[in-house]
Amino acid sequence: MTRRLRPKHQRLVLLAAALVALGGASALALTTLGDQATYFYAPSDVLAHAPEAGRAIRLGGLVERGSVEKAGTLTRFRVTDNAHEVAVAYTGIVPDLFREGQGVITEGRFAPGGVFVADTVLAKHDEKYMPPEVAGSLHKVGRVG
Amino acid sequence: MHRFANPTRFLRWARVLTPALTLAGLATTAVGLWLGLFASPPDYQQGESVRIMYVHVPAAWLASGGYFGMAVASAVALVWRHPLAAIAARAIAPVGALFTAICLVTGSLWGKPTWGTYWVWDARLTSMLVLLFLYLGYLGLAAAEDERHGGDPAQGRAAAILALVGVVNLPIIKFSVEWWNTLHQGPSITLTKSTIDPAMLRPLLISLAGFTLVFAGVVLMRMRAALARTRTAARGRRLAEAYA
Repeated sequence: MTRRLRPKHQRLVLLAAALVALGGASALALTTLGDQATYFYAPSDVLAHAPEAGRAIRLGGLVERGSVEKAGTLTRFRVTDNAHEVAVAYTGIVPDLFREGQGVITEGRFAPGGVFVADTVLAKHDEKYMPPEVAGSLHKVGRVG
Repeated sequence: MHRFANPTRFLRWARVLTPALTLAGLATTAVGLWLGLFASPPDYQQGESVRIMYVHVPAAWLASGGYFGMAVASAVALVWRHPLAAIAARAIAPVGALFTAICLVTGSLWGKPTWGTYWVWDARLTSMLVLLFLYLGYLGLAAAEDERHGGDPAQGRAAAILALVGVVNLPIIKFSVEWWNTLHQGPSITLTKSTIDPAMLRPLLISLAGFTLVFAGVVLMRMRAALARTRTAARGRRLAEAYA
């Protein structure tokens, strides 16, 4: 004689199986999605796989220290991921948080000379929050960039 | 578990807990926001705009936390068929949706002065918008199936299943900033460390505690209202039968 599962337990087993299947399907979907969901490429990515000429991409990284040159509304700087860097030219107003050593995301395309001409520049800040005086003392001891 | 899930016993506890949690929550939120908005330092990069954090971050945590609670209640409703579980899931949904909307709106207002844009379709922002749509879909589906079942949330299954399927979005929200390049920065607070200065972390945690207590108080309030409606409807039916 086989003992039948109580309905409550039957439903529990069904729910657990459904959640495992759902989790597995999502994991597969996310693995396949991979880098498709990335918002921007790092300099190393675009140098390793050069985008087609004239194709709009987003390039992100840190604004290289000492690379920013301003002439009127034209801003020239280099985006780095600490391995490679790309020269960027942008005409327009940069966000307040656009600073050397801070994160940046630019949207645009490569000009024939290899310079990335950006139509949009967004500032990306990091996950650190602190008062200016704390940041000041950290800068003195060299803990923050 | 069933001892606490008895509606009569639940109502006895809820009658005391609802005002206690709500009032304690409002007082704590007031302290947290006062500290955050007036008595904490500006950020070394963002200046004063960092103060949006004291609303944005608690709202974001409760948006995800509320959804998780709604999904757990839905699982209990599906498996154990407990009447309080379906009522709890329906009580959480609009509150969670509201906090998700608060998170999106404050985030957008914070994005303009810092990032330079109100909105981008990066993985974090998009998955958070999907969470709002999941809440709204749940609310619509629950309302529709409850109407078919004469207002009894314990009979329906569709909304509970939707809530459970939507759970896959929670790890996507959490890890979106680590799996993909995003405009949104990575996590500041993990189990082991925080990259938020203690002078800013303290008001943030107080504000989070306050928001959470208010959330719990409002959910209890809505559950009591739902139970009262069910009882009134049942009494109305009994009276109608008695005089028929």
